[in-house]
Formats: sequence, structure tokens, C-alpha cells
Amino acid sequence: MMTTIETPRSPYARTPRRGVNWEKAGWIYMRVSGVILVVLILGHLFVNMVLGEGVKGIDFAFVAGKWASPFWQVWDVTMLWLALIHGANGMRTIVNDYATTRGMRGTLKTLIGVSAVSLIILGTLVATTFDPCPVVPADQLELLPSFCETL
Amino acid sequence: MSVATAPRAAKTITRPGGTLYRGHEGMWSWVLHRITGVAIFFFLLVHILDTALVRVSPEAYNAIMASYKTPLMGLGEIALVGAILFHALNGLRIIAIDYWRKGVKYQRAMFWTVVGVWAVLMAAFVPRQIIMILSEVPA
Ligand code: HEM
Repeated sequence: MMTTIETPRSPYARTPRRGVNWEKAGWIYMRVSGVILVVLILGHLFVNMVLGEGVKGIDFAFVAGKWASPFWQVWDVTMLWLALIHGANGMRTIVNDYATTRGMRGTLKTLIGVSAVSLIILGTLVATTFDPCPVVPADQLELLPSFCETL
Repeated sequence: MSVATAPRAAKTITRPGGTLYRGHEGMWSWVLHRITGVAIFFFLLVHILDTALVRVSPEAYNAIMASYKTPLMGLGEIALVGAILFHALNGLRIIAIDYWRKGVKYQRAMFWTVVGVWAVLMAAFVPRQIIMILSEVPA
């Protein structure tokens, strides 16, 4: 029988592992989502915080004006999913770095996961089922965007 | 006995070698990236909840938005925009370090580029934001 002796000082070889490398997928996701988020978030900040009256211009009518268009609905829902998953995965990394006990890691990561999933669902429902001209009491009619008058 | 390590040891190493993330710009950019990432994450949780009020009533949404239009919150928004801009720009730097062949070589220059671009963008945003939050635009 022959025994293969490895060349001395041969470079370290990883033991081959089966299945999807999720840690690597997450690493790539942070970078891919990051590039897209730069466009989505800086665009979001520019339109909401800089154009017009900046933050002072944001009210129900402003949001209604944006979400009356599928363009901004798609923009915002994409940003919501990408940012929350990116943020939650980043928080998971940080918990892995600092939480010292198994129980604490599990608890914190569960909290992060539950908040991310519920807020993705909530946010998606809010943006996609939004009605820019809801039925409101007469004293709130002036809060609606001006285009609601023509309906 | 091997003398393979001799030439290396003979060189004067002024900075800890071998890791981009130990000390100096490499480390501090990482610290800032981490702190800003956490801050933005918590803001995002709140921001989705406040925006969800558009589904409750126009009155409820406008009431919560009024609280974002005070001078104090206006300063908070400057901090938030500053954090997001740093995280975004430095995020692009991290991506360049990881994927661009010369990324590691230029990581220090890229850090100062991030700081420079950040300063320019903040110089454009902050005065405008201060004028905006002090103006009497009916909320
Ligand atoms: C604006 C565009 C953004 C870019 C270009 C970006 C880029 C990145 C990159 C490249 C990483 C490093 C991942 C790694 O080292 O493996 C990262 C980490 C992180 N990001 Fe972002 N990001 C952006 C937006 C956001 C947003 C909106 C949030 C919050 C919801 C966020 C939260 C985090 C967190 C918590 C980490 C982990 C930090 C750490 O491990 O030290 N990022 N980001």
C-alpha cells in the first residue's frame, strides 16, 4: 500500500464542503445590494430632503403624489427589501462578533430576523395597497393631494 | 536552519503589516462603517413604522411628520444624512478593495476620497437643511 505524502509547505487547502455556501452568498449580497442601494437611497434623499421644501414639504399629499405612480412604488419597495435584508444581515454579523453566549446570539438574531420580516411585510403592504385619495372626514379633505378633487 | 525569514525581518516595518483593517484609516473606516450601519438600521425600523401611518389616515401621518420638522429633529436629520453618506461612500470603497485588483494598494487614498466627497455633499446639504428647518414653511 502506498501512502501519499503531501509536498512539504504545500498551501493550505480547504476541506471541500457540500451544499450552498450561505456565508459567501451573504457576503456577495452585501456588495451587490450596496451598489444598488447607493442609487436608490441617494435618489430617495435627494427627492425628499433636498428638492422643493426639503423635509418640510413631506406630508400625506407629498407621499400620495409619489405613490400615485408605479415608478416610485417599485423604487420604494425595492429599496425596502434590499435595505432591510442588507441591514439585518449586517446586524447578524455584528451579533456574531460581540455576543458571547449561544443563547444571547440566538435571541438577538431571532429579534433581528423577526423585525426585518415583519417590517418588510408591513412596508410592502403599505406601499402597494396605498390609496392616494382615501375617504376622509370633511375637515381632512384639504390634506389630500390636489388631484383627488377631480375624481 | 532556514534563513528564509531574514530579508523580511531586516526591512523596517513602520506600520503593522499584513492586515488592512489593523490601525490607521483601515481600522477607523471600519469602526465608522459599523457604527453608521447600526444607526441606519435602527432608523430604518422607525422610518417604516412612521411611513405606515399613511395607511391609517392623512391626519395621523401629517401629525408624525410634524415631529420631524422641528429644529431639533432637523439637526438629527443632518446626522442621519451624514451617517448614510459615509456608509454609502465607504461601502463603495470596501467593494473596490474586495473586487478591484489595485483596491488594497489604494485603500488609503480611497478613504480620503470618501472623506472629501462626503465633505462636499455635506457642504451642499447642511446650509440648505438649516435654512429649511428655520424657515416658517407651514408644516
Ligand atoms: C447606501 C448604500 C449602502 C452601501 C454601499 C453599503 C455597503 C455595505 C458594505 C460593503 C458592507 C460590508 C459588508 C462586509 O464587510 O461583509 C456593509 C455592511 C453593513 N451595512 Fe451597509 N451599505 C449601504 C446601506 C446600508 C443600509 C441602508 C443599512 C441599514 C439598514 C446598512 C447597514 C449595514 C450594516 C449593519 C452592516 C454591517 C457592518 C459590519 O459588519 O461592521 N447599510 N454595507
